[in-house]
Amino acid sequence: MTASAVLMTFVAFLLVPLANAAAAEPTAAIGQQAKAENEVIRIGYLSRAVDRPPGLSTLEVPPDNEGLQGARLAIADNNTTGRFTGQTFALVERALPVEGDAGAAFAALADDGIHYVVSTLDGAGLDRLLARPVGDRLLIFNAGAPDDRFRRADCRADLLHTLPSRAMLADALAQYLIRKNWKRWFLVTGPEEGDVLYAAAVRRAAGRFGGRIVAEKVWSEALDIRRTAEGEVPVFTQVGDYDILIVADEIGLFGEYLPYRTWQPRPVAGTQGLTSVAWDRSLEQWGARQLQSRFQRQAGRAMTPVDYAAWAAVRSIGEAAARTSSADFATVAGYLRGDAFELAGFKGLTLSYRPWDGQLRQPIPLVTARAMVSMSPQDGFLHPLTALDTLGDDRPETGCKR
Amino acid sequence: MSKLLPPTAALLAGLLTVAAATSAAVAGTVIVSNERDNTLSVIDEESLTVTRTVPVGRRPRGITLNADGSRLYVCASDDDRIEIYDTSTMAKIGEIPAGVDPEQFALHPDDRQLYIANENDDVVTVVDTDSRHVIGQIDVGVEPEGMAVSPDGRVVINTSETTNMVHWIDTASLTLIDNTLVDQRPRYGVFTRDGKRLWVSSEVGGTVAVIDVDAREVIETIRFRIGGISADRIQPVGIKLTRDGRYAFVALGPANHVAVIDAQTYKVLDYLLVGRRVWHLALNADETRLYSTNGVSGDVTVIDVATLKPIKSIRVGRFPWGVVVRP
Repeated sequence: MTASAVLMTFVAFLLVPLANAAAAEPTAAIGQQAKAENEVIRIGYLSRAVDRPPGLSTLEVPPDNEGLQGARLAIADNNTTGRFTGQTFALVERALPVEGDAGAAFAALADDGIHYVVSTLDGAGLDRLLARPVGDRLLIFNAGAPDDRFRRADCRADLLHTLPSRAMLADALAQYLIRKNWKRWFLVTGPEEGDVLYAAAVRRAAGRFGGRIVAEKVWSEALDIRRTAEGEVPVFTQVGDYDILIVADEIGLFGEYLPYRTWQPRPVAGTQGLTSVAWDRSLEQWGARQLQSRFQRQAGRAMTPVDYAAWAAVRSIGEAAARTSSADFATVAGYLRGDAFELAGFKGLTLSYRPWDGQLRQPIPLVTARAMVSMSPQDGFLHPLTALDTLGDDRPETGCKR
Repeated sequence: MSKLLPPTAALLAGLLTVAAATSAAVAGTVIVSNERDNTLSVIDEESLTVTRTVPVGRRPRGITLNADGSRLYVCASDDDRIEIYDTSTMAKIGEIPAGVDPEQFALHPDDRQLYIANENDDVVTVVDTDSRHVIGQIDVGVEPEGMAVSPDGRVVINTSETTNMVHWIDTASLTLIDNTLVDQRPRYGVFTRDGKRLWVSSEVGGTVAVIDVDAREVIETIRFRIGGISADRIQPVGIKLTRDGRYAFVALGPANHVAVIDAQTYKVLDYLLVGRRVWHLALNADETRLYSTNGVSGDVTVIDVATLKPIKSIRVGRFPWGVVVRP
């Protein structure tokens, strides 16, 4: 794949019309880099507003441009680099309302000749995109759906994932808990579909790394427990002894009210308490401070995991285009999925795509409200190739058959 | 004297005696910037102890001396300025506005043009150190970081950490003349004494590129491998080349080692264990000693160049970053 990408770059370079090179921007013309094409690389961005249930925390309302700001920052980053390589990137933004038709918007982008689409749609929305048959001129970056099924049964050759899967998030947490020797878990699952899937990922992680689920309960309380948690939670958490409570409450209906209220003095982790995330505002090592401040300056708010996933998707395209000096879709997409691809993602290790399911390999930070606690993979979880593949579905166990 | 671990104290005390006996000719001053303490630590080379701690601006990182060592320039990143200190008194004698978030810089051999990487603005700012006016700004890639001047003063290079390029700047016209793509997150660059080669470290790529300056092309990529340390912890940052062209020393970040490279064959000869999160390096005047700043452990490791052995750790402030030696 790499060899052919190099060859194609070479061919593309030979074919550059002189007029094209002359038309390049003055700064670009100075450099010696192969000014392969002067074409604008257009990247589609697709999101849909979410109807959030009442009763959630009023402190941290998810921003309505979550993801979009990450994609915009990456376009700016790509274009700064593009000044020296003669490449220009543009974001074609399609932010849909709650009732918007994602499938139709996606079809319109594809019909417009766009080859890359970054999606922050949830699983149901992503299904609408995948209703369209696999195309050889299109690459979809999933930056919004953590559902493992898109990396397993519903995986596709034209689908990459920059958002970590639930399996990766649960594995990242599990490795840390095992390292701390907190092996007996009390699993509390919420009523939503995502909660059930997150709990399944936690069970899988327990089996992989040696955790034991010693108690399990479903939180079915439909009430807003803000005023009653002090009475409810101690009763709910009387389940015998355990080391840590793991909560599965992705949208935040009740999880925030568990810490400091459990019957026994035990910590809380999972979707609240100690959480594993793709990105967090508390990250400052590995140059993260630079990305945080650039993002803050542009968006006027902190970068979220979905922003980070959208940023990584657009930067991946920029990086592959710069390395291949090409705007040709097959060349860029081939390099991006090949062994030579590396993206510096401000998390200490280079990021790359797993060839078996299209998932972006990445370190996963474990954070509390205001500080990073640790970064997984943890020391001691070994892998013959890269420790990053100890998080999520590794090659031998992949459920992706395409 | 700083605290030593009991088993090694006797050994190091012995080495210290030897060091003290031979240091008369080399005694200079080591100056370290402490990123999280907003101070400089001044170390006496003869006694290898901290003799002074000097308060400076916020988040001091890059530091550099002028040609005769009489003045020290300090990047106070969070104050968006460069501070100038008289090295005989360590008194602040001036400030230069440095654009947004200056991190590293390079001083032209003319002692006047100061090239500053502005990490948040994607530019290199050129300041005249006499008039303290900005005389030029050059657009570069995302997160400019490493800065170096060629020995003849004709070319300045900047590395951009997210664009992953070496940007070549002509010092006469203050314009960009070329760009060379290197591995992920290039952090530091240094020219060989003859000006024919440029060495550039790529922190996340885990490599050091040796670049032919005339062709502006990578001619060698040096990789590192240390038993028992995973490859992704090997993150090269600071580089020092000996004048005789024999060695290159590379600080390997969280691998907690300094690599010793044969600068002619590009083969890695040894890995020297230093403190945690080693950032930058400096050689003393006669190149008998190498100093490393170890960010996480908050100390400086002293390495004897003749034997390639670490001989002492000196506690300094929190997160020591830059280091220079005044003769």
